[in-house]
Amino acid sequence: MSDALIARYHRQNRRRAVLVGTMALGALLAVVLDLITGPAGLPLSETLRALTGGEVSRGTSVIIWQVRLPVAIMALLVGAALALAGAEMQTVLENPLAEPFTLGVSAAAALGAATAIVLGLTLPFLPAVWGVSANAFLFALAALGLLQLMGRIRGGGPEVLILFGIALNFTAAAFLSLLQFVASADALQQLVFWTMGSLSAASWTGAALLATAILITAPFALRASWQLTALRLGEEQARSFGVDVTALRRWALLRVSLLSAAAVSMVGVIGFVGLAGPHIARMLVGEDHRFFLPASLLTGALVMSLASVLSKTIVPGVLLPVGLVTSLIGLPVFFSLILRGKGRR
Amino acid sequence: MSGLSIRDVSVSYGRRPVLAGLSLPDLAPGEVTVLAGPNAAGKSTLLRAIAGLAPARGQIALGGEDLARLSGQRRAALIGFMPQTLPSGASLVVLETVIAALRAGSGREETSPESRAMAVLSRLGIASLALDPLDQLSGGQRQMVSLAQAVVRDPRLLLLDEPTSALDLARQVRLLTEVRRIAAEGRVVLAVLHDLALAARWADRIAILHKGGLYSFGPPAEVVTPAMLAEVYGVSARIETCSRGHLMVQIDGEIAAPAL
Repeated sequence: MSDALIARYHRQNRRRAVLVGTMALGALLAVVLDLITGPAGLPLSETLRALTGGEVSRGTSVIIWQVRLPVAIMALLVGAALALAGAEMQTVLENPLAEPFTLGVSAAAALGAATAIVLGLTLPFLPAVWGVSANAFLFALAALGLLQLMGRIRGGGPEVLILFGIALNFTAAAFLSLLQFVASADALQQLVFWTMGSLSAASWTGAALLATAILITAPFALRASWQLTALRLGEEQARSFGVDVTALRRWALLRVSLLSAAAVSMVGVIGFVGLAGPHIARMLVGEDHRFFLPASLLTGALVMSLASVLSKTIVPGVLLPVGLVTSLIGLPVFFSLILRGKGRR
Repeated sequence: MSGLSIRDVSVSYGRRPVLAGLSLPDLAPGEVTVLAGPNAAGKSTLLRAIAGLAPARGQIALGGEDLARLSGQRRAALIGFMPQTLPSGASLVVLETVIAALRAGSGREETSPESRAMAVLSRLGIASLALDPLDQLSGGQRQMVSLAQAVVRDPRLLLLDEPTSALDLARQVRLLTEVRRIAAEGRVVLAVLHDLALAARWADRIAILHKGGLYSFGPPAEVVTPAMLAEVYGVSARIETCSRGHLMVQIDGEIAAPAL
């Protein structure tokens, strides 16, 4: 019987690997879909020709290479980064509601953006286009740094970290309101748009920076797969297995900081993806983190790509902020998934 | 000395001392020792201190090695700890949790972790649960899985915190038989049990903890006495020997309301 069960276990893992592969393919298709939708109404053949370096008009080439492709790639990367960050956060904080958005990272980033947009405070020696992003990045990083520091002072228990994250969220939101109150009409509009989350400012440089953040952090997250899986059985269990939970938590939160700060600073506040990506992945492949982490990353990428497509197509001719789309469309879909998952048990 | 030695161990939670300078005679490999005593006597705390999960002062050594000096990884290789409760929220199947118990702490790659985990499940008679989701197990099944996680690293010391609390009669016997066998292979076993009759039947020696210190220690017949039950638990009881020579504990009633 043992051999048969082990064979079944291997089959189950192969199925999961295939599922992860399929998700990668799905994400790729979503990017293509993202590329061929847009207000310019380019036919598919034209788009493909532009991509493959064929003969197209200069306008088409610019639309594809300078507008649509950076947006599509950015959507993919932002979704991947936020969902991976959410997955690690949910595991190390032992809470299914943990994600960069709920623990104040997004709010801090928005506050950082506001200091640039409203007060005009930006880092010196930095091109003006990067002022807002740089501030958002620093504030998001600072928020998670504070969270870590607080954890270290109080022993690093997950409850303390979560409560502090929520307090951070409200504090940042309060300061943001203050800045909105004193902002000029122009700055206010810019700020509100930023907080809705938008891909329209996507650039190749931004995408490259975010891709670097993912490439740096993801391998370390994957290397900690078994430790993270063990942590799902409780902190004491994991420690009795020989896992240094304090160090695991510290490094995971550092990865989360880098990922979420980089993502949020590029596109503004995007809720839901960091929460839903891991949840959908969990339903699909379980919580063996060797599959759960890549599946979360890919689910986030796929969801964000589709949200980008929808942001261009729901209202014809209008480009909705993508953060709005993830919330409006994503939440009902997410709820139905949860309810169906519960019903099957 | 290849057993477990516990010398002058103190543990406090905040300012509240739970164990105050506790020493036990050395526990030898091959023997099952039961820790008993009333609630809040410090039994679980002692297990957690030995497992390195509660900060303790004093000296705890296994085979002459001071456990406090060992890395978490090395300690996990030597000690298997079965806690009272196993959380159920994880979306994992039983086999995955046992593989995680084997691989999470060890830096090295096991050659075939799944066969090793599977062998442990078979030995405990729960192989058929291998691919069942953790959150669909009964309390008793979960307890057996928890034992599997504790023994899969083949530890020299096994710490069990109320291992039978959720088990039916047949499974209590099965688990304790298995625990005796594990001990007989040359391991030290220290288990918290509340049921003194069960303890008397399965333990080589019993340690009674009371108010953070050791009240008595020895073979069951010497330790489980009406005087001990009256003084430590505050119950009047008779101890009788059945036709097969096992101790039978008959509780007649409370002597006085124990101080809470």
